[in-house]
Amino acid sequence: MRGLGWVYLAAGYGFILLPVAVLVVFSFQDGRLPVPPFQGVSLKWHAQVLSDRNLMAALANSALVAGVSSAVALIMGFLAAHGLARVHLPGSVWLRGLLMAPMTVSALILALGLLTLFNQTGLRLSLWTAGVGHVVLNLPLCFAICYAAMGDQQKAAERAARDLGATEVQVLWLVSAPMLAPALLAAFFLSVTFSWDEFILAFLLTRFDVTLPVEIWSMLRSGLSPATNAVGSLVFVVSVIAVVLAEVLVFARKR
Amino acid sequence: MTAGVSIQSVSQSYGTTRVLHEVSLDIAAGEFIVLLGPSGCGKTTLLNILGGFAEAASGRVLIGGRDMAGIAAKDRPTTTVFQDYALFPHMTLAQNVGFGLRMRGMAGPARAARAAAMLDLVGLAGRGDRRPHEISGGQRQRVALARALAVEPQVLLLDEPLGALDLKLRRAMQGELKAIQRRVGTTFVHVTHDQEEAMAMADRIVVMNAGRIADEGPPRQVYLSPRSLFSAGFMGEINKIPLDGAQSALGPLALSGTGPRVLCIRPEAFAPDGLPLGPARVLDVAFFGSHVRVQAAPLAAPDLRLVVHLPPAALPQVGAVLNLFAGSHVVLDA
Repeated sequence: MRGLGWVYLAAGYGFILLPVAVLVVFSFQDGRLPVPPFQGVSLKWHAQVLSDRNLMAALANSALVAGVSSAVALIMGFLAAHGLARVHLPGSVWLRGLLMAPMTVSALILALGLLTLFNQTGLRLSLWTAGVGHVVLNLPLCFAICYAAMGDQQKAAERAARDLGATEVQVLWLVSAPMLAPALLAAFFLSVTFSWDEFILAFLLTRFDVTLPVEIWSMLRSGLSPATNAVGSLVFVVSVIAVVLAEVLVFARKR
Repeated sequence: MTAGVSIQSVSQSYGTTRVLHEVSLDIAAGEFIVLLGPSGCGKTTLLNILGGFAEAASGRVLIGGRDMAGIAAKDRPTTTVFQDYALFPHMTLAQNVGFGLRMRGMAGPARAARAAAMLDLVGLAGRGDRRPHEISGGQRQRVALARALAVEPQVLLLDEPLGALDLKLRRAMQGELKAIQRRVGTTFVHVTHDQEEAMAMADRIVVMNAGRIADEGPPRQVYLSPRSLFSAGFMGEINKIPLDGAQSALGPLALSGTGPRVLCIRPEAFAPDGLPLGPARVLDVAFFGSHVRVQAAPLAAPDLRLVVHLPPAALPQVGAVLNLFAGSHVVLDA
């Protein structure tokens, strides 16, 4: 029975990780197609990807959108969580629900809604509109993480700070934010990961400047190539770094 | 700096429950006041109103003659030592103590010097670069005190600050708090439900019950001549004998006055002579070191139980009959 458990575990992880492993392995393919048989190790596809201007521009765009939209989502989520944790309004349950609502809506629907809104208001599609989409996507996450991290200790310390003469801005900046730093960083890096990988909103809400997933999609239309695998590996590495940072920070907090 | 406090018919309600009924109290500058009462008596609410954490529904609070209406906690000349200390976990002890000074715009070096001096005052000299999680509960308590005193408040509010400490440490801290208060001269308003703590520290005890002041005065007065039955019972063990005029279950007593009242006698107030209470049979005897505790039933009223403290030398036998006299007593309205 015990052995069966290990088999199940291996099968589970294999199911999750095998596609990624195959993707990474065939990004080193010394040949024109990222399919078996493996014809030898070559770094030429990685070199090609790294010297591709469009891809590198898209990579920079993705980093910009992920960084800025995550920062905005984090600040908004933190302020909302702080307000709702401190004040008991008659409808605060509903307010919390409303803040979490975008999580329950599919990205496609969100994107269509935002697209309609931008068309109506005459806003041109750009990296900014994609960034707005990513804020909508990540705000519930940031709010939820910040809200869960706020406890009685937090409230007591804020009260003490006010008692000692701190203004509300000083309370937020000198007491609340530093006390919640691990949660804030975890929320930020998770947001960065989601924004970095996000395709649907970015595809529908950008036009000339695009993010990396959109650029990869246009590469895929011209057929399979180990170059796509190489880009995929790079994206994967960046995501792993962000997730690991978030995990480390969350665990650092629990200790 | 120190200032007096004037609380003028302050009332407060939570929903439909009134927690303070027209409470009025004048506190002199430099006085050590203890608000004493059971939980739910309104003492913490009153402290919150003084600190600016709650608004009184009606009435006024003056601190140093200045009306505090509409003044937020951060702008009041008060600081608070909280029951849970509420230290800032991400700051060192010196940064904690210097926080209020930083908010008042004091420059770094002056702040560090003052924080070090305050830590010295509470017996934590040289520990300024530790963090709150590295020190014990009693030490955190001292840091909270130093932090609150560092900004030289006119009034220091203490919300059951010793409640989380073990008994021995609590008794030691009571003495220290009192000594520090004498040294800095600040008005202290201290909330507790422990009457021994109140007597150990207070210049004046204010006994509260159900949102009203039940009694107030120096510890000796509140203990020996309480003004209400609640206060008499809360300050310590007491024997209560119902009276109707001079008539009681023990028979007629040598007391003047009319109507239903209660004769109150502390266990240690029984003496070889005084107000004669008649004979009583000893039911139980226990030796407590500083005294002998005797439970006795008066022969005239066998259902009544009296608790009598005798000197440790006396050790009466169970079943013996004692002739009881009250050396001192108080008669209160029922």
